[in-house]
Amino acid sequence: MSALLTYFRPDTRTASGALLAPARWQPLEILFWLFAVSLFWLAPSKVLLLNEIAILALFALSLDLILGYAGIVSLGHGAFFGLGAYVAGLLGKHGLHDPVAGLLISGGVAALLGFVTSFLVLRGSDLTKLMVTLGVALILRELANKFSTITGGADGLTGVTMGPVLGLFEFDIFGKTAYAYSLAVLFILFYIARRLVNSPYGLLLRAIKGNSLRAGAMGVPTSLRLVIIYTIAAGYAGIAGALLAQTSQFVSLDVLDFHRSADVLLVLVLGGSGQLWGAVVGAIAFKIMYDFLAAITPQYWQFWVGLVLVLIVLLGKGGILGFYGAGRDWLANRLGKGGVR
Amino acid sequence: MLTILSDGIAYGMVLFVLACGLSVTLGLMNFINLAHGAFAMAGGYLTVVLMNRFGVSFFLCIPAGFLVSAALGALLERTLYARLYAKSHLDQVLFSIGLVFMAVSAIDYFMGAQQQLITLPPSLQGRVTVLGVSIGVYRLFVIAICLVLAIALQLILSRTRFGSQLRAAVDDARVARGLGINVSLIFTFTFAFGSGLAGLGGVLGAEILGMDPTFPLKFMIYFLVVISVGGTTTLTGPLLASILLGIADVAGKYYVPTVGSFIIYTIMVVVLILRPQGLFGRAHAR
Repeated sequence: MSALLTYFRPDTRTASGALLAPARWQPLEILFWLFAVSLFWLAPSKVLLLNEIAILALFALSLDLILGYAGIVSLGHGAFFGLGAYVAGLLGKHGLHDPVAGLLISGGVAALLGFVTSFLVLRGSDLTKLMVTLGVALILRELANKFSTITGGADGLTGVTMGPVLGLFEFDIFGKTAYAYSLAVLFILFYIARRLVNSPYGLLLRAIKGNSLRAGAMGVPTSLRLVIIYTIAAGYAGIAGALLAQTSQFVSLDVLDFHRSADVLLVLVLGGSGQLWGAVVGAIAFKIMYDFLAAITPQYWQFWVGLVLVLIVLLGKGGILGFYGAGRDWLANRLGKGGVR
Repeated sequence: MLTILSDGIAYGMVLFVLACGLSVTLGLMNFINLAHGAFAMAGGYLTVVLMNRFGVSFFLCIPAGFLVSAALGALLERTLYARLYAKSHLDQVLFSIGLVFMAVSAIDYFMGAQQQLITLPPSLQGRVTVLGVSIGVYRLFVIAICLVLAIALQLILSRTRFGSQLRAAVDDARVARGLGINVSLIFTFTFAFGSGLAGLGGVLGAEILGMDPTFPLKFMIYFLVVISVGGTTTLTGPLLASILLGIADVAGKYYVPTVGSFIIYTIMVVVLILRPQGLFGRAHAR
């Protein structure tokens, strides 16, 4: 029992303990994943929504890697999402029906685009980054629109067929397989991202975000580090897009729309950027909010999304997790134990 | 051919009026305001409502569009924007995107999603022949107004006391405050002026660009292209850039409609990569 306790709460007074602490899985995190799996039986009627949440969480996670950890602002992250979706859709349409292989290829293609464009994005100020990322996304959307013989253009890409996952699980119309599939992918990639951001490399990224000039002076090859994370994040986004294409078996121009990139930003700041859980919590909150608003005002829900964005910025940083952390510290102080961390 | 050129110039001029307000807030005040198009939309819709519902003359709508948008800008600057100057660029982006979403839905709610049309007064309809080229009277009118405006702006910024105070406030707000310059008032005034210009652009552009609720999103990229290609250090940069953009866009849509907006985005990305400070901008001395 005490061994378990030292695992969950390493001695933060030592340097190694303080560095290890965030890398340890908290009981709450393990509970969350168990709960997510149990929803498969607890809420079978909601699996379609849950599938969307898992995909959105993965997409937000990929943005968190570059925005929250490396400090790269992007208005065009949807480009990689859309590219992944189209690659997966085209693969499914033209012969490769194995979902996992399609997923890997889509992620690879998106990562390749991320690698190539990273050299453009890493130049210049925040404003230049915003415009270049936006420009890349717009170019991609125009391409998808113009090459309508390949992509289906405005009508969307239909006729995507998917084989069973791992040759065992057929996709069903209720979305059960889809949810299990997306959740599994999300968990694996979340686990990898968690290892990544808590590794020395992840700490370097945070150093670069904090002050890239000083990080460079310390001997960190900043551009190279940023290129790597941008590539990885692009691959993540591509996989998220591929998941959407495979589970819905349809791709439309909508995946490359500007609002995708804006929505995912909102998801991340809503949950709290700079923490991996922010992406997951944000995705849940966003989808619930969206469902709620779309039911009340189907046409004008965007107004409330805008209002939420404005309020988040005005009321301070950290999103939901920020409030949670602040509340927890406040409670801990009131109970006279000092801060938890 | 020359008609396309003149149409392109008029289109570019409207883009300039729309974008130069942004060039002031973005370039001088270093605030990434993606909601600039929303102020333009305010001016455009004001014109639509005034002309179509109340029968107000178009010539009265021009100053009205400027004043109402400027007032709106001043109000928002005092209540909301002023808190964001010190925040990160990401916060500014999120905030202004939020404002855009709200504006788009609000206009959709009150005015409907369809494109709004206005009828120009008879004196601005028709065509005239200048130096053997047939030009629409309205296009000529727009070009004239915009040219006057561009020159006036350049003079205000470089020659007047207000212009030098503004430049001082932007260069170093603390020192400017120490010298007795009311920095926040200057910022409010500048922001209001920029928003007013956007509104004016909206009025003039209602006929050329078309007004529908997605206007701020649709033209956001155009403003950004003008700013990024033209640079923000001078006013002539954005002016030349917007004229080029206008001609390229009109000619592109006319001659190679299949390529569409693709060219413009590519040009923007290429320019940003080769010359991050803009084609006509000087590298920052600071």
